[in-house]
Amino acid sequence: MEDIQSKAILEALIFVSESPLNLDRMKEVLGGVNKRELQRLLAEMMEDYRKSERGITLVEVAEGFQFRTRPEFGEWIRRLKKVKTAALSQPSLETLAIIAYRQPVVRMDIEKIRGVDSGGVLRTLLEKKLIKIIGKKDVPGKPIVYGTSKRFLEVFGLKDLSDLPTLKDLDSLGPPSMEGVLPLEEEKGEGEAIPEEESKVPENQEAQVDESSSEASEDPL
Amino acid sequence: MDSPLFHHEPEQMELPLKVKLGTFEGPMDLLLYLIKKNEIDIYDIPILVITQQYLEYLEMMKNLNLDIAGEFLLMAATLLHIKSKMLLPPSEQEEGEGEKEEEDPRAELVRRLLEYQRFKEAALQLTKGPLLDREVFVRSFFGETLPEKEGEDEISGEASLFGLLEAMKKVLEGLPAEEFQEISVEQLNIKDKILHIMERLWEAESVAFTELYTPFTPRREIVVTFLALLELLRLRMIRVFQGETFGTIRIFSPVGPEEGRKTIEERIL
Repeated sequence: MEDIQSKAILEALIFVSESPLNLDRMKEVLGGVNKRELQRLLAEMMEDYRKSERGITLVEVAEGFQFRTRPEFGEWIRRLKKVKTAALSQPSLETLAIIAYRQPVVRMDIEKIRGVDSGGVLRTLLEKKLIKIIGKKDVPGKPIVYGTSKRFLEVFGLKDLSDLPTLKDLDSLGPPSMEGVLPLEEEKGEGEAIPEEESKVPENQEAQVDESSSEASEDPL
Repeated sequence: MDSPLFHHEPEQMELPLKVKLGTFEGPMDLLLYLIKKNEIDIYDIPILVITQQYLEYLEMMKNLNLDIAGEFLLMAATLLHIKSKMLLPPSEQEEGEGEKEEEDPRAELVRRLLEYQRFKEAALQLTKGPLLDREVFVRSFFGETLPEKEGEDEISGEASLFGLLEAMKKVLEGLPAEEFQEISVEQLNIKDKILHIMERLWEAESVAFTELYTPFTPRREIVVTFLALLELLRLRMIRVFQGETFGTIRIFSPVGPEEGRKTIEERIL
């Protein structure tokens, strides 16, 4: 099959898919194309869309591919759809971040970090389908184990969980409880710069706290 | 309107109320705020100052009649504990525990604060990118229709008097029929209801469940009737049959009038 034809077919498949279409499904439908080949085609298509400056782009998200409108045009679409973007509150976002980076996680782990009761927030996140119940932990009380959902990846435009922005490293103050942290590979040798970064941490982080608390309430989701 | 005075006034009026307490989601938030406000090095928190300020805030919250969540008090206790620990000469402490006790009493708190801050930051990072249904959109597949342009309906033509009357009639027809009822305090009891049900059964051999109720049966009576049925089932004075799922439920009585009345008198108070 010619590249052009394959691309056109892929375009059609992605167009009719309700959720991001993954490589396995594409392979299944197309047949006789290997994944590497598919990836090359999709990469080219993404580039084509980007270059042609259309209203629609092809993005890799939630372990699949999907057509999405370009971020710059958000305002127009909001006008058309008259959507009121429901804001996710600061507590919800915080909790979501903890779950995203620490999953699988139980409520107690979350509350240990946040220092406040998180039951209500968890319910909200479940209702919004941003998190899901993964199972129960095999410890006394059988607490519910939470993780992020596919919807979470879709909403935040992440390819998969490894696509999460890297968490700032914890410092030398004793053993940080890192055992549950997701495999967030240190990219581009960032790890080497730790000592230098450490000294900056307080100022940086304080500055950002300010931002987050002031922005939080109006940050729509 | 443009007078500078006018613009300043509201600000001044707000001043005494400028308490940002509402924004603290928890003790961690408050502590981070205090640390930032005092430009404190998070790795070397002057625990005395922070504890004092923290308690002052709690006091303020109390004065403002804000509910102070237990978590705030727990943190206060933690701070005081750290404070007292720091006052003690380190060498005097339990020797049994050895090196562990050598750790800075603040270390645990600092670790928690940093961790919390890290996630706050991560949360912020998450919302920085283009978000679905905020900046970027996908096609909707579930028949979600675009909202109509507002007000389009009303101006599609002038309404005639007859049109209005017609519309009025439709509305009236849509209303449930007006009901006039005598309101009486009915003394319902299960025994009477049971007798009533049984009498109907002796007359008609069988009664459909739905026949026991009319649309006008008051809620209280519905409940009493149901309880009566349950009681009758328990006493094996009735049997109920249902042909198919969700089908009509029919009630039969295997007991004759004479025997039935006797049972009711004896068994039901």
